[in-house]
Amino acid sequence: MSETIEQIWRDEWGRLLALLVGQFRRLDLAEDALADAFEAATRTWPRDGIPANPPAWLLTAARRRAVDRLRAEAVAARKEPLLVVDARTQQEAQAAMADPGDQPGALVDERLRLVFLCAHPALAPEAAAALTLRLVLGVSTADLARLFLVAEATMAARLTRARKKLTVAGVAFAVPSGERLAERVDVVATVAYLAFTAGYAPGSGPDVLRVDLAGEAIRLTRLLRQLLQGYAVQSPSAATESVPLLDALLALMLLQHSRRDARVDDAGRLVLLPDQDRSRWNRVEIDEALGLLAGLPQDPAARGHRATEFRLQALIAAEHAVAARAADTDWRRIADRYAALEHLSPSPVIRLNRAVAVAEADGPEAGLVLLDGLDGRWPHSHRVSAVRAELLVRAGRAQEAGAAYDQAISLCTNEAERAHLLARRAAADSVPGSTSG
Amino acid sequence: MKYLVLIAYPSDGWSSMTADEQAESHKDHVRFHQAVGEHILGGEALASSSAATTLRHVGGQPVLTDGPFAETAEMIGGFYLIDAPDLDTVVEWCRILPHGYSLEIRPCVEIDMPA
Repeated sequence: MSETIEQIWRDEWGRLLALLVGQFRRLDLAEDALADAFEAATRTWPRDGIPANPPAWLLTAARRRAVDRLRAEAVAARKEPLLVVDARTQQEAQAAMADPGDQPGALVDERLRLVFLCAHPALAPEAAAALTLRLVLGVSTADLARLFLVAEATMAARLTRARKKLTVAGVAFAVPSGERLAERVDVVATVAYLAFTAGYAPGSGPDVLRVDLAGEAIRLTRLLRQLLQGYAVQSPSAATESVPLLDALLALMLLQHSRRDARVDDAGRLVLLPDQDRSRWNRVEIDEALGLLAGLPQDPAARGHRATEFRLQALIAAEHAVAARAADTDWRRIADRYAALEHLSPSPVIRLNRAVAVAEADGPEAGLVLLDGLDGRWPHSHRVSAVRAELLVRAGRAQEAGAAYDQAISLCTNEAERAHLLARRAAADSVPGSTSG
Repeated sequence: MKYLVLIAYPSDGWSSMTADEQAESHKDHVRFHQAVGEHILGGEALASSSAATTLRHVGGQPVLTDGPFAETAEMIGGFYLIDAPDLDTVVEWCRILPHGYSLEIRPCVEIDMPA
């Protein structure tokens, strides 16, 4: 039973919440009412059986609770500020409420409105990411706190601030007009990718990866893509313009996510790409990603800047995915892709990755040259020192490598990565003859 | 909803512009007025922040100081008061204004004043 309800939560939360927001114009009220309705379901369904139309049952229960609470507030003479919802949207939500069983496809843009509300550029990206996962996907505040590595009270406060900002600033519960739609899809893509990378690059704490968070980011990207394809009926150019961006992003996420089972060993330690057991990579996800990449328009102008960026990153990940063994990797092609990426949008991270690829293709000294001056551009990260140490070991410059490892270890805040660096340093020290030069 | 749009630009912004650039800036404001029309409830260009006087009460006594609230690289050079259905509409309109500006968009709070 609890599995059934959980499944309904995953499938229906965003749609039902969007309807409640459309009618009641209050995020907190809609969320609490819907959570209460699910809670009531876990109590009554095991006893009374699953209703014929579970979403309709939940919506009716949630609406009743919302009305009850509004009544109580009216008695207390409190007046909460309301979200900006235009009259037509409100009418539609009310009509759907009256007959929740019958709305094939009509609600596609209800959920789109919710996505664009939460992932709004007026919010800080971290706040937008948390709020989007909460409102659109129904991830609980406790889970969000765990996923974003903050205390539950901190996450609750962050969500409250974000809801309040949207209401007080007057952000519209609406799908952006045609010419702005592509820009706003960009923002949502950024928010989804931020959530994804937060799952794969935790700054501190005992967990190397938080795979669930990455999984939720993929779910969000899939949902947005599906909603936009549905929306294409109303706004063909704007919706289809953005689909290549989401295809490229989804391909990138899937390729990185496909390695999750091979990235951590049984003892919870990080396993680097060359040492991963490639038979544990998820082939279904890899194949889906390669298919998405193959379907992208060839002309970069037809894809847009951001889509080109995501595409290049995905193509790099794809080079790894198609190499049967680490030794078969085409590092020259990867180095070229990184050079193109750096040309497009220069950043220390891309430069670092490019240096690694160039070292693989042309030897460690060529890689080391590309690291020159990078520490200053990225001063508090251990990553530059860690890569420099590895390349110095390979170049046979053991003494310098030791110093670089020490630097990396002193900067690293992730326990698993730190343990990895300590082990590498010990291994490098014990290589016979490595001190000779 | 009512929104106050505060216009800020570098303190030497206007004086360092060529006559052509100043004319272009002026045209942007004309375009803004055409687009927003009667939704503009008010708006003014302000004299330089060096002409500002700040009043605070210290120990119950009014104290005047020369200059704005805070000395910053950017100064408030003007404002518009706009009536708009939502933030996204205000942002859409504000995109017309000169791109050298920083614009702070602040929703106004409705306060019921006793008659």
